[in-house]
Amino acid sequence: MASNDAPVARPRPLSPHIGIYRWQWTMALSILHRLTGIALVIGTVAFGWWIIAAAAGGEHYATSQWFWGTWLGRIMLFGWTLCLFYHLCNGIRHLIWDAGGALALGPAKATGILALLAAVLLTVVAWVIAYGLL
Amino acid sequence: MVEFSLPRNSKVGKGKVWKAPQGATNIRRFHIYRYDPDQDANPRLDTYELDMDTCGPMVLDAVIKIKNEMDATLTFRRSCREGVCGSCAFNIDGTNTLACTTHLSDIKGDVKIYPLPHMPVIKDLVPDLNQMYAQLASVEPWLKTHTPAPERERLQSEEERAKLDGMWECVLCFSCSTSCPSYWWNGDRYLGPAVLLQAYRWIADSRDEFTGERLDQLEDPFRLYRCHTIMNCTKTCPKHLNPAKAIAEIKKLMVMRR
Repeated sequence: MASNDAPVARPRPLSPHIGIYRWQWTMALSILHRLTGIALVIGTVAFGWWIIAAAAGGEHYATSQWFWGTWLGRIMLFGWTLCLFYHLCNGIRHLIWDAGGALALGPAKATGILALLAAVLLTVVAWVIAYGLL
Repeated sequence: MVEFSLPRNSKVGKGKVWKAPQGATNIRRFHIYRYDPDQDANPRLDTYELDMDTCGPMVLDAVIKIKNEMDATLTFRRSCREGVCGSCAFNIDGTNTLACTTHLSDIKGDVKIYPLPHMPVIKDLVPDLNQMYAQLASVEPWLKTHTPAPERERLQSEEERAKLDGMWECVLCFSCSTSCPSYWWNGDRYLGPAVLLQAYRWIADSRDEFTGERLDQLEDPFRLYRCHTIMNCTKTCPKHLNPAKAIAEIKKLMVMRR
């Protein structure tokens, strides 16, 4: 009969991963795409609130307009604009990749930096235009 | 599953400090992951102080020096010491690479060495690669044909052969797969960059006649499509290959055959 007091095998430990892996521009740009996407989902709900308030009109719309005019509201809108443009530009980068282009390290890094810069530039342009319309 | 923290039995504790020999003047510190399956204890990080005046130029030289002169219990895989066997892949200074082709002079400050990330550890720097070998076997990485074998070799033009460059050089060190966050979170179902590069190596081979079947086998939300083009694989490959490109080519073929 097999002995029952044989030591129970200790499960093998899992080697460290995200905690020890040095941050790379590859993974940073990738997680930024995911995070801006999540932010935009939340932003869509906020946008929905604004649209519904506009449809309801009167007091509802006034409340919504007041909120988006506060500093907090404006910072949120600015953040969402930045998220929108980064997600858009990096989305184009993904389309280029899916077509088989820019997959060498050099072009991948260059297009990544380009997406970041374009996002910042487009955000600034959008806000300059927006404030011009006020 | 995305899980950022390590399981309770995997948390890395403080280890021993192994002092440099007396009289050593050019000292460098190496922090190395240790796990002994024969002791009921968590992994730990040992620190070794090496006399660099008597150490070779590569990370593997330092690790072998530790084993020979300081601590014979340090366990790791190595063989060719020239980047063709793929045995000595570790996480060195934060990224995965081969210890034998990594210059110590390219690393700033203390040298940190861990086993390949997010793998079950057998001992010290030796991860259990069985799952990845099984995944590799699942893509049947050999020439498959319907037509009867010709009297001599199956011929290939120079252009057709050139398509395999950048793929046959893979030494299966699995640095890429274990650098991939997608493989960390879904390694049980996602094949990972190393295996997909090998899958594409046979898909791209003009002599192979099972392209359709190979694509059928990969057409799966996890096996292929967990690749989100993060590109850590290409960034870390010690042989400077491009698994991300190979995976993108497979995805393209999936679309084009519709």
